[in-house]
Amino acid sequence: MISHLPILSFITFLPLLGAFIILLTCSDDEQGGKNSKMVALWTSSITFVLSIILLLNFNSNVNGFQFVEKSEWIPISNISYHMGVDGISLPFVVLSTFLIPICIISSLNNIKKQIPLYMSLFLILEVLMVGTFCAMDLLVFYIFFEAVLIPMFLIIGIWGGPRRVYSAFKFFLYTLLGSVLMLIAIFYIYSKTGTTEITKITKFSFSHDVQFWLWLAFFASFSVKLPMWPVHTWLPDAHVEAPTAGSVILAGVLLKMGGYGFLRFSIPIFPDASIYFAPFIFVISIVAIIYTSLVALVQEDMKKMIAYSSVAHMGFVTIGAFSFTKEGLSGAVFQMVSHGLISGALFLCVGIVYDRLHTREISAYGGVSDVMPRFALFFMFMMLASVGLPGTSGFVGELLVLIGIWKANPVVAIFTATGLILGAIYMLWLYRRVMFGKAIKEEILSLNKMNFREISIFVPIAILVLFLGVYAVPLLEITKLSISNIYEITEFHKNQSTISQIAQVKIF
Amino acid sequence: MELFGISGEIFLAIAGMATLLSSVFLNKDSSYRITLRLCNLSFLITIILIFFSHSHSGSLFNGSFIYDDLARFAKILILIGTMLTLIIGYKSQKLDNFNRPEYPVLILFSVLGMLLMASSNDLIGFYMSLELQSLPLYVIAAINRDNIKSSEAGLKYFILGALSSGLLLYGMSLVYGAVGDTSFSSISMASSDGMSNLMLIGLVFMLSGLAFKISLVPFHMWTPDVYEGAPTPVTAFFAIVPKLAAITILLRFTFTAFDNAISSWQQIIIILSLLSMILGSFAAIMQFNIKRLMAYSSIAHMGYALVGLSSGILEGISSVLIYMVIYMIMNLGAFIIILSMRRDNQSVEEISDLKGISQTHPFIAFSFVILMFSMAGIPPLAGFFGKWLVFASAVNAGLIPLAIVGVLTSVVGAFYYLRIIKIMYFENNEVKLDVVDNKSSMIILGIMIISTILFGLFLNWFLEVTMGISSSI
Repeated sequence: MISHLPILSFITFLPLLGAFIILLTCSDDEQGGKNSKMVALWTSSITFVLSIILLLNFNSNVNGFQFVEKSEWIPISNISYHMGVDGISLPFVVLSTFLIPICIISSLNNIKKQIPLYMSLFLILEVLMVGTFCAMDLLVFYIFFEAVLIPMFLIIGIWGGPRRVYSAFKFFLYTLLGSVLMLIAIFYIYSKTGTTEITKITKFSFSHDVQFWLWLAFFASFSVKLPMWPVHTWLPDAHVEAPTAGSVILAGVLLKMGGYGFLRFSIPIFPDASIYFAPFIFVISIVAIIYTSLVALVQEDMKKMIAYSSVAHMGFVTIGAFSFTKEGLSGAVFQMVSHGLISGALFLCVGIVYDRLHTREISAYGGVSDVMPRFALFFMFMMLASVGLPGTSGFVGELLVLIGIWKANPVVAIFTATGLILGAIYMLWLYRRVMFGKAIKEEILSLNKMNFREISIFVPIAILVLFLGVYAVPLLEITKLSISNIYEITEFHKNQSTISQIAQVKIF
Repeated sequence: MELFGISGEIFLAIAGMATLLSSVFLNKDSSYRITLRLCNLSFLITIILIFFSHSHSGSLFNGSFIYDDLARFAKILILIGTMLTLIIGYKSQKLDNFNRPEYPVLILFSVLGMLLMASSNDLIGFYMSLELQSLPLYVIAAINRDNIKSSEAGLKYFILGALSSGLLLYGMSLVYGAVGDTSFSSISMASSDGMSNLMLIGLVFMLSGLAFKISLVPFHMWTPDVYEGAPTPVTAFFAIVPKLAAITILLRFTFTAFDNAISSWQQIIIILSLLSMILGSFAAIMQFNIKRLMAYSSIAHMGYALVGLSSGILEGISSVLIYMVIYMIMNLGAFIIILSMRRDNQSVEEISDLKGISQTHPFIAFSFVILMFSMAGIPPLAGFFGKWLVFASAVNAGLIPLAIVGVLTSVVGAFYYLRIIKIMYFENNEVKLDVVDNKSSMIILGIMIISTILFGLFLNWFLEVTMGISSSI
C-alpha cells in the first residue's frame, strides 16, 4: 500500500515546506529564533520517521529501484522527474535524514545570529541531499547535486570561523569546477542516447574512447566531491571554518555523494573505462591513505586532523569500489555509511569542547577526561570506531574493503592496510594529548560536564555504530542485490574486453 | 486590412507623437509622471495589437516587413522589458531630478525602431530601423546633461555607435554589390551555391556592426563606460532591451539571409562568443563599481547566448531565445536592487556599499543572493537552465571544446557573483544604506525572484513555444 504513495517526494520535499514556513514567518529576533528551531526540529524529525517507514517497507529481495515515481517535467526533451531508491541509495537517504535532526539539536545553543536563515538552510540542504540520492534521472541528479553548493556556501560563509570567506570560496569554486565538466558529459550522453534516465543509460554501451573521456569528466566531479588526493585541499579548510553542524553534514553526507556517484554512474555506465582506470584509482587512493594520514599526524587543529582522516577513509571507499569484487563494493558502501556516522560524531565531539573553550588547538587541551568523564567515554568510543576497532562499524567496512582488494590485487591490499596502522597512530595520539595527562590548565578545570542535550545526540549515533559493528547483516542485506548488479556488469566487461584492447585508445 | 500586420508599430508611432505633443502642454510637475503612464499605456496596447496581428505569419511592403512567431515573441519581450524598466526607474529618476518627459518618449521611439528591426527582412529596412532605435539611445545616455560622466557616456556611445553603423552599412553595400538586391531572401538564394569573397567580406563587416550593438568582444569597449556613466535607470534599459532586439535581428539575419552559409558565419560567431565569455568573466573580477560589473557580466552573458546561436541548429535558436528571457528576468531583478541603493539621498554604486545589507534589508539581500546564484548558473535557478540549453545545443552540434571553455568561464564568473554575496552576508558594517523601497519595484522584484526560482517548472512551455518559432524560421 505504501508503495503507491509518493513517499520519496514526501521525504524529499517536506523539509522544503519547513524551510518556507521558517523564512516566511520567523523574524530575526529571539522569538523567531526559538520558533524556527522548533519548526526545523519537527520537520526534520518527521522526515526521519518517514524515512524509517521507507526503510521498513523496502524489500531487499526485489532487484532494481523501488518506490519509483515518475512524472513528466520536460516532455519535449524527454526529461522527467524520476525518483526511486535501490540498495545503494537507501542507506544514504536514511543517513541524511538521520544526521539532519542531530545537526539541528547540536546547534540549538551555539548559533547566535540569523537563526531562522540557518535553520532553513539546513532544511534546504536536507532536501537537496535526499534528492541527490533518490534521483533516477541524470539531470535531476545534477540539479540536486550542484544545488547543495548554495546552502553549504552560505553556512560556511555566514556562521563559520575567522577564515570563513576564503574557505567558502574555495569550497564553492573547487566543487563547481569539478561538476561543470560532468555537466558537459551529461549533455554528451543526452545527445547520444536521447534520454537522461539512469536505468536506460546504463544499458547503453558507449564506445571505448567515448567512455574514456566521459569517465574522466565524471571523475573530475566525483573526485573533488569525495575528495581524492590531490584535489582534497578544499576539505580541511572548509571543515575547519564551518560551524560544527556544517562539518557534520559535510563529512557525513556531502563527501558520500562522490562515492555514491562512482557506484551509481562511473562504474555501471562506463565499465570498460572504469576497469581501465582502476590501477590509476588504486595509486591515488593509496597516496591519499598514506599521505593524508601522515599529514593528519602533524596537525595542530583537531578539526583539521579529522578532516585529513576523512580523506584517508575515503581512500578505502574508492579502493573498495574499484576492486570490482562483491566484498569490496559492499565494503565501500558500508564504509561510507559508517564513516558518515563516525566522522559526524567526531566533529560533534570537537564541537562540544569548542563551545566551551572556543579553541580547537590540540595543545590548549589536556586532561579533559578528568573533568568530563562521560565525554571522554564517547570520544574514545568514536575514536576507536574511526580506527576500526572490531565491534564497531568502522571495522566491518574496512575489513570488507581489504578482503575485496586482496582478491583483486594483494599488493594494493598491503599498502591499503597501512592506513589502519597510521589511523590508529594519529587518533590515539590525539586522544592522549586531549584527554589524558593531568588537568592543570585553569580553563580545563572549569569545563562544564556534558548536558542532557549533548548526550542525547551522541547516544543514537553510538548505538548505531555499535549495532552495525556487531550485526552488519541488515545493511549488507539491503545493498546485496544492487551490489551484485554492479559486480555482474564489471565481470561481464572484464571477460568481454580484455584490458589490452582499451589500452590502445589514443589519448590525443 | 492588409496593414493589420504592422498595426502595432503604426499605433506606437502615432501614440509617440501624441505623447510628445501632450507633454509640452502639461505643467512641469506632473508632465513626467503622466507622459510615463501614457507611454506605458501605449506599450500595453501595442502588446495586444502585436499579439493578435502576428498570430499568423506573413509579409508586407514587398517582403521587407515580415511578421511571424519570432517577431511576435521578440516584440512582446521587448515591450514587457521596456515597461518594466520604465516602472522601476521612475522613483530614482524623480529623486535624482531628471524627470523630464522627453525620457519616456525617446524610449518609445527607440522601442519603435526595435520593433521594426525585429520584423525587418531587408537590408534597407534593417538599417533604417537600427538607426531609429540607436539615435534616441544616444540622447538618453546623456540625458543627465549636468553630469559630466553622463555626457561623456552619451558622446562615447554616439561615436562608437556611428562607427559600428558605418561598418554595418559598408558591409551591406558589399553584399548588395554581390547580390544585386537587398532582400534577405535574395541574399539567401545568392549564397545557396557558395559564398563569393565579396559577400564574405560583407558578412564579416555586418556581423562586426551587429556585435557592437550586442557589445561582444572585441567590440565591447563602450559598454562599461556607458553603463557607468549613464543614469542607472537608463543603464537598466540599455542592459536589457536593445540586446533583445539586436539578438533577434542577428538570429533572423543568420538563419534567413545567410542560412546557406552557416559554416561561414559559424566560425565568426564562435570566436565572438569565446572572446566575450572569457573577457567578460575575467575583467569583471577587477571591478568595484556595480554598474561596470553588470556591464562585464552582460558581455559574458551575451557570449553564452551566442554559444547557442553558434551551434547553427534549431535547438540553438530556441536556446538563445530562452536565454534572453532568463537574462531579462535576472537583470531586471538586479537593476531594481541597484536602483534602490542610496545613501544621503544620493545613489551609490560601489559594490562595497552593499556591506551588511543582509541585516538591515533582508528581503533585498536574499533576492540579490538568488539572482547572483542564478547568474552564476547554479541549479535549480533560472540561470542554470539558460546555460544548460545553450551548452547542450553546442554539444549537440559537436562543438564540445566551445562548451567546455564556456562552462569553465562560468566558474570564473561565479567568483565575482559570489563576491557580492560575500559582501552582503559575510561582512558586517556600520554604514547603513538607505534603501528606497518603492512598492511597485518591490512587487516586480518579487515576481522576478519567484520566476528565477521556479523557472524550471515552466521550461517545457518555453521550449514548446521557442521550438515552434525556430522551426518556422
